[in-house]
Amino acid sequence: MKLSRRKFLKVTSGVVGGGVAAELGLLGVNTAAAAAKANKVPIKKGKQVPSICPYCAVGCGQIVTVSDAGEIVDIQGNPDSPINQGTLCPKGSATFQLVKNEERWTTVKYRAPGSDRWEEKPLDWAMHRIAELTRKTRDANFNEFQDLPDGKGGTVKKRVMNTYALASLGGATMDNEWNYLHQKLMHGLGVVYLENQARI
Amino acid sequence: MPKGMFIDTTICTGCKSCQVACKQWNGLSAEPAHFGRKPGVSYPVAHNFTGDSYDNTGSLSATDWRHVRFVEQIDEPRTQKRWLFSSDSCKHCTDAGCLNACPTKAIQRTDLGNVVVQQDTCIGCKFCIPSCPYGVISFSEETGTARKCTLCNDRIHNGLGTACAKACPTGSIRFGEVADLRKRADARVAQLKSKGEKAQVYGYDEADGLNVFYLFVDGPKVYGQPEHPIVPQRRLVLCSLVTILTALGIGAAALVSFRERLNGTSEEGRHES
Amino acid sequence: MGSNMAECHPVAFRWPLKARTDHDAVLMHVDPRFTRTSAACDVHVPIRAGSDIVFLGAIINHVINSKRWNEDPFFREYVVNYTNAATLVNPEFKDTEELNGVFSGLAPNGKSYANASWSYQRNAAPAKGKGGLGPFSDLLLQQVPGRPKTDPSLQDPQCVFQIIKRHFARYTPDLVGRVCGCTPEQFLKVADTLLNNSGRDRTSNITYAVGWTQHTVGVQIIRAAAMLQALLGNIGRPGGGVLALRGHATIQGSTDIATLYHSLPAYLNMPDGRKNHETLKDFILTEAGPVATSYWGNYPKFAVSYFKAQYGAAATAENDYGYNYHPRITGDHSHMPMMLDMAAGKIKGFFVMGQNPAVGGQNARLQRKALAKLDWMVVRDYFETETAAFWRNSPEVLSGELKPADIKTEVFFLPAAAVAEMEGSFTNTQRLLQQHDKAADPPGDARSDSWFTYRLGKLLKEMYRDSPLELDWGIKNLAWDYDPEPKEVAPWRIKDEPSAYKLLKEINGYTVADQKPLATFANLKEDGSTICGAWIYTGVVPEEGKNNAARRKPDDWISPNWGFAWPANRHIMYNRASADSQGNPWSEAKKLIYWDPAADSGTKDPAGNPVKGKWVAPSGEGIDFQPTKAPGFIGKDAALGFDWLSGNDAFIMRPDGKAWLFVPAGLVDGPLPTHYEPYESPVKNLVYQQQVNPVAKVWQVNGNSYHAVADPKFPIVVSTYRLTEHHLSGTMSRWLPWLAELMPELFCEISPELAQEKGIKNAEYVTIHTARGEIQARALVTRRMKPFTIDGKKVHEIGIPWHWGWQGNAAGDVANDLVAMVGDPNVSIHEGKVFTCDIRAGRKGGRI
Repeated sequence: MKLSRRKFLKVTSGVVGGGVAAELGLLGVNTAAAAAKANKVPIKKGKQVPSICPYCAVGCGQIVTVSDAGEIVDIQGNPDSPINQGTLCPKGSATFQLVKNEERWTTVKYRAPGSDRWEEKPLDWAMHRIAELTRKTRDANFNEFQDLPDGKGGTVKKRVMNTYALASLGGATMDNEWNYLHQKLMHGLGVVYLENQARI
Repeated sequence: MPKGMFIDTTICTGCKSCQVACKQWNGLSAEPAHFGRKPGVSYPVAHNFTGDSYDNTGSLSATDWRHVRFVEQIDEPRTQKRWLFSSDSCKHCTDAGCLNACPTKAIQRTDLGNVVVQQDTCIGCKFCIPSCPYGVISFSEETGTARKCTLCNDRIHNGLGTACAKACPTGSIRFGEVADLRKRADARVAQLKSKGEKAQVYGYDEADGLNVFYLFVDGPKVYGQPEHPIVPQRRLVLCSLVTILTALGIGAAALVSFRERLNGTSEEGRHES
Repeated sequence: MGSNMAECHPVAFRWPLKARTDHDAVLMHVDPRFTRTSAACDVHVPIRAGSDIVFLGAIINHVINSKRWNEDPFFREYVVNYTNAATLVNPEFKDTEELNGVFSGLAPNGKSYANASWSYQRNAAPAKGKGGLGPFSDLLLQQVPGRPKTDPSLQDPQCVFQIIKRHFARYTPDLVGRVCGCTPEQFLKVADTLLNNSGRDRTSNITYAVGWTQHTVGVQIIRAAAMLQALLGNIGRPGGGVLALRGHATIQGSTDIATLYHSLPAYLNMPDGRKNHETLKDFILTEAGPVATSYWGNYPKFAVSYFKAQYGAAATAENDYGYNYHPRITGDHSHMPMMLDMAAGKIKGFFVMGQNPAVGGQNARLQRKALAKLDWMVVRDYFETETAAFWRNSPEVLSGELKPADIKTEVFFLPAAAVAEMEGSFTNTQRLLQQHDKAADPPGDARSDSWFTYRLGKLLKEMYRDSPLELDWGIKNLAWDYDPEPKEVAPWRIKDEPSAYKLLKEINGYTVADQKPLATFANLKEDGSTICGAWIYTGVVPEEGKNNAARRKPDDWISPNWGFAWPANRHIMYNRASADSQGNPWSEAKKLIYWDPAADSGTKDPAGNPVKGKWVAPSGEGIDFQPTKAPGFIGKDAALGFDWLSGNDAFIMRPDGKAWLFVPAGLVDGPLPTHYEPYESPVKNLVYQQQVNPVAKVWQVNGNSYHAVADPKFPIVVSTYRLTEHHLSGTMSRWLPWLAELMPELFCEISPELAQEKGIKNAEYVTIHTARGEIQARALVTRRMKPFTIDGKKVHEIGIPWHWGWQGNAAGDVANDLVAMVGDPNVSIHEGKVFTCDIRAGRKGGRI
């Protein structure tokens, strides 16, 4: 129990008061006058960055507050957004813990074929390895032509320019820009097994 | 001019955003008691399923300063169907038992009427715990102090509303001047009554008026609130008894049952199905 | 219906709830379960899962035979002018009434339809147009068919309205009672409320989500709602519509700019080896030919600009803009067949990014086992998802069925940047593009998704740089230049993130000659002089350096200066229908856009005099119509697009300009919604002899067995669904202690009646099984669930949220292990909202 409790505290530490300054700016409050009245008000200065909730498709506006040290210290609803007017659901309200989370992995992990463990690897090594595997798999399994039904009971050789050996899944949680870039690359390579969560 | 909150339970959807927003703002962890170890993994895994509708956090605690209660009221033929939700927290009573019970004056009322346990002067004596008729205050093993909702003391002294009210997607939790909120509550009660619904405000008279008050469409007990809260300084005998028991270190069990009773966990209407 | 809005889209539900408290709007929820949404509504009508078309069909029947609908001229004016109710259908067409539950055109093997008999009756083709529009458009012009024949009196027995009337005649309140399991009175309450709150002064909205899509008749359920709304005059008007509530931050964007096998960006179809798509000309004529009299008449511009975006300078008129080197699909390559082909060893390498099929996949057990057949897999996410960990601790590994040593899959986990750690845009469920700025660098080796794909592309392009092979032309010539400007990355540690602005600018489109962004898709060309990644997004970057997705000026209604709603900042599509056939607002209360005959159109007649009259929108709403086309304008017969459409053709993306009550082409399972039972059902179809959708997608393979109709081994109906406290497969919620404690463990919602029958006690464990899998969950016994009586037989339903997997702070069995791979024939979405199972008290393996 004690271990887990400490872990939770770590996960959530550094939040207190983080967003006060953030919202003051938005609401046009006179901080000096208000602060004079306060008993104990931990105010952290922070830069407000407009963002969008990463969860569902309602598209609630968020304000991310960043400390002088460049750390994200608070995430909450954007009062300006005509969609959510500052409010958030429990998932949106928890976004901070999604970003600042002890269990989040921040290094590349690699599992060799048949292995029973993860190993840490440099990002650059992994990218080169993935590119090499992509090329090899594609080149060994590329179809310029394929016999397809001709609609009269027979077949006809048709140009297909594709590979069935590569597949890609995901996209509904990523940016529009990524979706564009990724479909472009996949179509450039001839990938036709290209899917995302919209199919679910 | 006291500030407070009006909780219109009729537009609460039980989303629990208030619980999470409170934790984020106030830097509160998940409740350690809700988690255990699972073989093969290094992180804690939640095991607090209660089977009590969609309520798995059960009550207010040192890390849960808000709690949403779920009350299913559905008859057997399913002709009458209600699922009541009520987001609960410290009421910041006008006649605050905790404040009177605190021997070190760590519990203070600020100029905005909210009642705050000052963490640097709290000695963790727990006297305040039984003195609250609502079971709001809890002792934190982590900090060794009593903890509860502060009405977002830092926010409200900087012109902001509470974190829970800000996050609430439906406007069920409203922050503001108590006087203004009462007008809003009265108007809403009138609106509901004009539609033939039974509606009442809880918190105008209780404990000389609660700065955090509620609109209920059923009796207070159904929502887990005492019908006639008794502020303990009017029951000095019990208060002293509990204090003594606590001091002797054998009061834990008594406290638990006391709190459960006050929470109304066995009240009618809680387990309709 | 088909949505649990308060739970799954809680903040969106803020608005209907506000309408209810502030404006006395009536909220009604039709759903098998009594949910947090039902609790906030005026009316909850429980219906058996999978009976939606009966319920909706009966509303349609009730509406079109009602006094109000027949006497209020509003409905007649809307329907005759804006829908295809008056259009005459081919006399060969045979309805389900005549063919025992199927339509004419069903192939002898009963597995597919030919749709020739569903077509319109048409006038003779017009004299050929004069051309000069462009190389591809001129060819399209030669194909323009005659105008559809109509009977505006709606009396002709072959007109769409009469066909609908006959088709739904048997969908009565009594049938609703028998098939749906609610009372006829409950049904009538909903039908009358909807009818009475639709009309000139009032509109009603129908909201759905995956509760409608995840069926073998998913598309037809949504069609039924769209028909109903068109009949009630609720489309294109404020407060009306059929609102799809979608589940991921940019699931709309990933559909628009499709990372989906069947679609190029902006709803152009993928080139398909099975169709006449040999050359770019063939592709354009095949795809655009049937729709060229709609705004899709601009298809050649969209397509050529896409291929120019893809291959840049290498794409020329001489090489068909690189079309020959673009991949073709050859079948259904969607999620389920993808995983089945993976299980069969056909797929070798797999990128999984921000998705978790080991939990979220249909028949998840089968999908996990498929991962073991791969040579390699790349997972990009925040946490060690179940998909990333399948080889290590999946149920199959723990049970010994799979051994890590035997799993040859090489697995890469690449840490992903959070939304707050990168710049980009999302498109929300209302088609609204919104920019999120970068607040901080991601930690460690975490990178944005775009960084990964851009870097991978760079490495691959380097490998293929000197290849002389035709098959490598596409990757070699892929236009791939999104290096950031120094100022874009100046504040950050990571300097090689691709430029989100450059990407969005290319999506928006620009001219080849001077690289200037296009302000509108009307400026696109089919001669290769414009580049455009996704034409529907044109206008998001209207000029250099301006990003409309980052506009942040709200107002108290449509907020046209908040973000950018595609297309062309139109928030309510087909909003020409918000005015009557004369162009006047239907009412003051529902005024949106209207024809102002006195306004200066900004154009001049041949004599040089200013032309008066244009469509106006005081709210700033984008006008979804040709801005100067008068309501009385008669379209030209030999013309494309806007030139063909008349002044009352509000539905500009349809080739007849009308909302389709009857679908002559485009659906594979019939022109009208028809009740079929779910693929697995405890009851026979009480409406027709045909039990299930005859053309539903089924995959008869090992590990994906189906249950027979009324199989006594699997008597209980089950739905899977989501909760407010978790997100989808749980990757973004079960690792968050704040959310984990709110909904800690997998549970199963059971009625007290079923619990009593099965000896199940609240909060104790139960085991649920199907032919696909077996899971355990905690029992939540609640009267919010109820047994249904269907044609005299008691049918129990249970419900299971599907958020759980074995990893994370909240862990539990995978509900999708129970689900079969069986799908809607139009879109290959699985039937997760209704299938059959059995349940017993106790844990798996018999423990209590």
